[in-house]
Amino acid sequence: MKVNVLAFGIAKDIFGSSSVDVELPGQNTTGSLKKSLEERYPRLKQLASYMVAVNNEYAPDQEILTERDEIAIIPPVSGG
Amino acid sequence: MLTTQIEISDQPLNIQSCIDWVMSPQSGGIDVFIGTVRDSTKGKAVMRLEFEAYEPMALKEMQKIAERAFEKWPVQKLLIHHRTGILQVGEVPVIIAISCAHRQAAFEACLYVIDTLKQTVPIWKKEIFEDGEVWVAAHP
Repeated sequence: MKVNVLAFGIAKDIFGSSSVDVELPGQNTTGSLKKSLEERYPRLKQLASYMVAVNNEYAPDQEILTERDEIAIIPPVSGG
Repeated sequence: MLTTQIEISDQPLNIQSCIDWVMSPQSGGIDVFIGTVRDSTKGKAVMRLEFEAYEPMALKEMQKIAERAFEKWPVQKLLIHHRTGILQVGEVPVIIAISCAHRQAAFEACLYVIDTLKQTVPIWKKEIFEDGEVWVAAHP
């Protein structure tokens, strides 16, 4: 399954783009998406932390993804 | 009557209109937090800041914070405005304004809103120095 992933803040710099397509070979979960992204973009692992948002909600690693979901990488926030 | 106003804008924020919006005859006090761009961080001169938001999610997260504040304190009106884009030193990236019957609740709710916003709302700031730039909080 292929998903489109939005990137913000430093994640956009790491991806070199505001969105990337990712092919998920095995499980269609948030956790396996993170693993695929970290293999392709090792700099993600150097961040203090990062979250995945699915349809505008923070998602746990076991959340199941579908091709229609709006998925985003949320690096450490720093608003205010 | 609307009791909550939450906005993200790339235009300068208007402090007075925020205060006016939360004012009501039932209020005994208004607590306002105004975030401003500081000219240095850890002793290093900051030229400007750049703010980026994941807008639909940021609005949703700010709405959750507002709802929680209404549950925890007897808040009458609550406003959160956040700016995006390039901000110079002295400009205002965030305004929180809260009206309550009594001051204690207004102070506590305002502190809760700004502290939680900084932890959960998907907005990012980049500090621009003379010799480079850094996304705040990105690295340990």
